[in-house]
Amino acid sequence: MQQVKNIVIAGLGGQGVIKASDILADAAFRAGFDVKKSELHGMSQRGGSVSSDVRYGEGVLSPMVPPGEADVLLVLEATQVEINRPTLRAGGLLIGPDVIEPGALRNRKSLNVALLGALSTALEIDQAHWEAALHANLAEKLHAINEQAFALGREGAARHLGQ
Amino acid sequence: MLSGDDAVALGALHAGVRLGTGYPGTPSTEILETFDRIGGRAQWSPNEKVALEVACGSAFAGARTIVTMKHVGLNVAADALFTATHTDVDGGLVIVSADDPGMASSQNEQDNRHYGRAAAAPVLEPIDSQQAYDFTWLGLELSERWKIPVILRLTTRVCHAKTVVRPRAPHQDDSALRFRRDVPARVMIPAFAKPAHRRLRQKLAEITAWNEAEGPIEEHRGNRELGIVATGVAAVHAREAAPDACQLTIGLTYPLPLERIRAFAASVDRLVVIEEGDPVLVDSLRAAGIDAEGKAEQYRFGELNVARVRRILARDTSPESEPPAGKPPELCPGCSHRAVFETLRDLDCIVSGDIGCYTLGVLPPFSAMDTCVCMGASVGVGLGLRHVLPEDEARRVVSVIGDSTFVHSGLTGIAEMVYNPPATGHVVLILDNATTAMTGQQEHPGTGRLLDHSPTKRISFESVCESMGVDNVHVLDLHRNADGLRPLLEELLARDETSVVITRQPCVLAAPKIRLYEKAAAEQAECAAATQD
Repeated sequence: MQQVKNIVIAGLGGQGVIKASDILADAAFRAGFDVKKSELHGMSQRGGSVSSDVRYGEGVLSPMVPPGEADVLLVLEATQVEINRPTLRAGGLLIGPDVIEPGALRNRKSLNVALLGALSTALEIDQAHWEAALHANLAEKLHAINEQAFALGREGAARHLGQ
Repeated sequence: MLSGDDAVALGALHAGVRLGTGYPGTPSTEILETFDRIGGRAQWSPNEKVALEVACGSAFAGARTIVTMKHVGLNVAADALFTATHTDVDGGLVIVSADDPGMASSQNEQDNRHYGRAAAAPVLEPIDSQQAYDFTWLGLELSERWKIPVILRLTTRVCHAKTVVRPRAPHQDDSALRFRRDVPARVMIPAFAKPAHRRLRQKLAEITAWNEAEGPIEEHRGNRELGIVATGVAAVHAREAAPDACQLTIGLTYPLPLERIRAFAASVDRLVVIEEGDPVLVDSLRAAGIDAEGKAEQYRFGELNVARVRRILARDTSPESEPPAGKPPELCPGCSHRAVFETLRDLDCIVSGDIGCYTLGVLPPFSAMDTCVCMGASVGVGLGLRHVLPEDEARRVVSVIGDSTFVHSGLTGIAEMVYNPPATGHVVLILDNATTAMTGQQEHPGTGRLLDHSPTKRISFESVCESMGVDNVHVLDLHRNADGLRPLLEELLARDETSVVITRQPCVLAAPKIRLYEKAAAEQAECAAATQD
């Protein structure tokens, strides 16, 4: 079985963590991978910590990323980095909100998609699948602003992550 | 890609389910919402017991039916369940029980597989969304074949994980339904229930034989040194934790295919049962004389994952590292419950609480809740406290219940308060935020809107309480007069009378949507009036 790619997206309720993981899972599915994603709903929507696991590859079994086995940890809120760090494997990639310059986003609500842009530079999923996933998971009036945010994230990644 | 909840909804639609009923509860809520959105007929009931009763009627009439609830909801519906299994259903009846191991959003982590054995209902346990889809369909078919309600037991990680689903061609059944009288199979008086119990055991024996021969069992052959018997999402954790082991994944876990498992056990050197929650499966195997190894007690608590299954297989009982605590949830900024709990804290009330967002009133900065047991318990527990505490303490006791919870299980508490009033009287606060907020803003009989948010009749809490004989019934608009709560409570707490205070202010998350629903309803009413002219 081919290696499964493990990504954990974390933040606070209301930041769009689940939306981001929906878009990532959809993009990976469009790229032809088996995909599973899971998270806990419910009380977390009242402003508490939220995290979502996305796994893709040839064949995925468990829907949860085992602790210490995330290839990428993407965090939308600086205060949530440390509590989620144990999910990251040694040598794994951390993408935090500092990848995006403060004030660079037209709307702070699109931070989730901007960080997906940064994430996209580290994954083997074609740009076309990302675009299709963005369109499928967001209302049409939000497409333009989120496409800009995604592009901004890709630029931020080039600067911050040295890719 | 579908969540397990959405897969159940799609499976129900494709299998020709004519009615879906239920009461909202994480992680089951999305099933009926999705079923409605994709074209099914779905409705919220006041509580799970009523939902199951409506579902029974629908199935008695020959319609394929599903009823959805969270694990604790099945406790409420248990009275109906335990006798419904003795009846003959004509249409398939699937009872979806969504368990919450790890208590992501629940008051306990009970394991509803026990209900299968206790109520004599077959239990199907899917491992992912594909099986959630397939087993919804299979459950309806088994239910019709043996005329027995079937439990579809999901867990949080099946409900809310998204996995790939390949749907089948929808089942077409537009046949007209007609009532078929079958008194011995539907009227459970002792004369009919005695033979019905024997019939029920016969049905289970036949289902066991079917499960042995052609039940939903997946066998993976590997190295015979280790054999795993697993159920539910734990089965995929196990496949990943021990990819080289032999594994038998059981889909219909009550009644069990014990001979199939016995043969599997004989084919491996070491047999380990991997199941989330209570040792239900392993105990059944041992009772049948199958030498099976279970998990250490520490793994009964919380969800399993690949890492924990590895530990179970390695018989590792060393303490597990606690994951770092995240930021706890809190009442939203601008939430109408805030003013209430600030007042209760400032008055030093003894607060008998209930289930909902407002349970967060227990946390700082409010720290204003002293008990929380189950849906509706606030009223009864508050009365019990009042009956036996000394007068100075009894006078400080207040029951706090939300609007949806009040309809669900609060009405009988009010009847108790009127019937057995404590010497110091009592005060019940109904926090009416015009929605079932906690589970994601679902409608209920007190909102005046149906599951799809279209208008229906609304139950007036103040009229109900007045007609039941409560001495003082007050309605307070928190938006306009939050300051009025404290003097009103002080006055009522000093009286030896029964009082209900209904505080009103829509949930901040629901308010914008409620305005849209109301606007749509007004436009519709205008249209209808214009047509009549």
